[in-house]
Amino acid sequence: MYDFAYQKPGSLADAVKVLSGDPDAKALAGGQTFIPVLKQRLNKPSTVVDLSKLGLSGITVSGDKIVIGAMTRHAEIASNADIKAKIPGLAHQASLIGDEAVRHRGTMGGSLANNDPAACYPSALLALGGTVKTDRRTIAADDFFQGMFTTALEQGEIITSVELPVPQKSAYEKFRNPASRYAIVGVFVAKFASGVRLAITGAGQGGVFRHTAMEKALSANFSPDAIGGIVTSSDDLNSDIHASSEYRAHLIGVISKRAVAKAA
Amino acid sequence: MPRVTLTVNGKQHTVEVEGRTLLVEVLREKLALTGTHVGCDTSQCGACVVHIDGISVKSCTQLALQADGANILTIEGVAAADGTLHPMQEMFREHHALQCGFCTPGMVMTAIDLVESHPAGLSEKEIREGLEGNLCRCTGYHNIVKAIAAAHPLMHATAAE
Ligand SMILES: Cc1cc2nc3c(=O)[nH]c(=O)nc-3n(C[C@H](O)[C@H](O)[C@H](O)COP(=O)(O)OP(=O)(O)OC[C@H]3O[C@@H](n4cnc5c(N)ncnc54)[C@H](O)[C@@H]3O)c2cc1C
Ligand code: FES
Ligand code: FES
Repeated sequence: MYDFAYQKPGSLADAVKVLSGDPDAKALAGGQTFIPVLKQRLNKPSTVVDLSKLGLSGITVSGDKIVIGAMTRHAEIASNADIKAKIPGLAHQASLIGDEAVRHRGTMGGSLANNDPAACYPSALLALGGTVKTDRRTIAADDFFQGMFTTALEQGEIITSVELPVPQKSAYEKFRNPASRYAIVGVFVAKFASGVRLAITGAGQGGVFRHTAMEKALSANFSPDAIGGIVTSSDDLNSDIHASSEYRAHLIGVISKRAVAKAA
Repeated sequence: MPRVTLTVNGKQHTVEVEGRTLLVEVLREKLALTGTHVGCDTSQCGACVVHIDGISVKSCTQLALQADGANILTIEGVAAADGTLHPMQEMFREHHALQCGFCTPGMVMTAIDLVESHPAGLSEKEIREGLEGNLCRCTGYHNIVKAIAAAHPLMHATAAE
C-alpha cells in the first residue's frame, strides 16, 4: 500500500471541502472494498477521508419510504426490524453479503458508490426505484448507475443516504460465487401498485440492469410462470472463469423465477 | 507521524503509525501480540479477526487510525488472568477443533461474537453460516462447529451467573 494522509472530519462540510479541494483525496467508509484496492496499489490517494464521524448512520421510516444513512453497516440492515417487515428482500440481501466480519464494517453508501458489477445493493436500489441523496443533490436510481464501477457521482461528492420506496412485495435471490461470495447472478424483484421492477446484478457487462421484458410480464401476472418463457440474450453479459455469458443468461431465468416465487 | 490510542485487552497503548498502517500490523508488530494471524491479507480467510468494541472485524482490512479510541480484544485477552481458558477455547480443545492451529485465533474470536450475539441459541446452519468468513485448511470444520455448539450453553450460563 502507498502511504497517504488520513483524516476523520467531524462534519459533512469539512469532508466535502477536503474531497472537493483535492482530486487525489478519497473517501473511506467500511473499507471492505477500498482497503483491498489500496493493498493492490490500484489506487494512490493523497488523503483518505474517513466518513465514520459524520453522523451518516441510521435507518428511519418516513411515510411510505425507508431512509438508510450511507454509513449504515450491512449487519444493521440485515437485522433491522422495519426493513425486515417492509422490504424483506433488502434485509435478506444484506444478510447474504460477504461474511459476518465484512457485514460488520461494509456500508450501503460504500457499496453503491463503488458499483461493482457483482455487488448486491445496486439491484435493490434499481428495482425499488430509490433515490441517492448526496451532499449536493438527489439522484434517481435509474440515473445513478452508469456502467461497471461508474456512477453519476462527481469528484468529491459524498452519498449521505438512500431513500427506498416500500413495495408491496420484494425478494432477492443470489447465485453466488462460492469462493468470493459475490453474485454470479443476483435478482431483486419489487412489486408496487404501479407495476413490477426487476433488476439483475452480477451478469451485465455494464453492471446492474433492469429486465424490462420480465417487468412487463410480471406486471400483468406476478407469478414465476409469467416469465418461464422469457429468453435472455447473452450478448451483453459477462463471461469469465466463473460462468460463461450463456450460463449467466440461463441463470437469469432460473434465479428470477426463484425470486418471484419467494416474493409472491 | 500520526498517533493512535487503542485499549487492547484492557491495556491502553499509544503508538505512532502511518496513514496506511493496518490494525493487524499494530497488534503484531508494535504490540507483539502475534496470536492474531495474517492468513491471506486479502480479506478472505478470517485468521486476523479481532473484536473492535465487541464486534468481530478483520484486522487486516482496517486501518489502525480507524480504530483510534476503540477497545480491542485479541485472542491473548480471551482467557482469564489466571490462565483459565475461555469456555470457547476449552470447547475447541475438548472437541479437537484445531489441527495446525493457524486459523484458530480468528475462529475463536468469530465464534465468541457469534455466540454472544445469539443468546437464544444457534442452529448448526447458523454456526456454519457464521463461519463463512473463516477458512480452515485442516479440520474440515466439523469439530469447530461442534465446539461452538458446546460452548453456547457454557457461555450463556456464565453470563447469567
Ligand atoms: C470477503 C468479501 C466478500 C464480499 N462479498 C460481497 C457480496 O457478496 N456482495 C456485495 O455486494 N459486496 C461484497 N463485498 C463488498 C462489501 O459489501 C463492501 O463493504 C462494499 O462493497 C463497500 O462498502 P464499504 O463501506 O466497505 O466501502 P469502502 O470500501 O470504504 O469504499 C468503497 C468505495 O466507495 C467510496 N465511498 C464509500 N462511501 C462513500 C460515500 N458515502 N459517498 C461517496 N463515495 C463513497 C470510497 O471512496 C471507495 O471508492 C465483499 C467484500 C469482502 C471483503
Ligand atoms: S488475513 Fe485478514 S482475512 Fe485473511
Ligand atoms: S487448524 Fe489448520 S487451518 Fe484450521
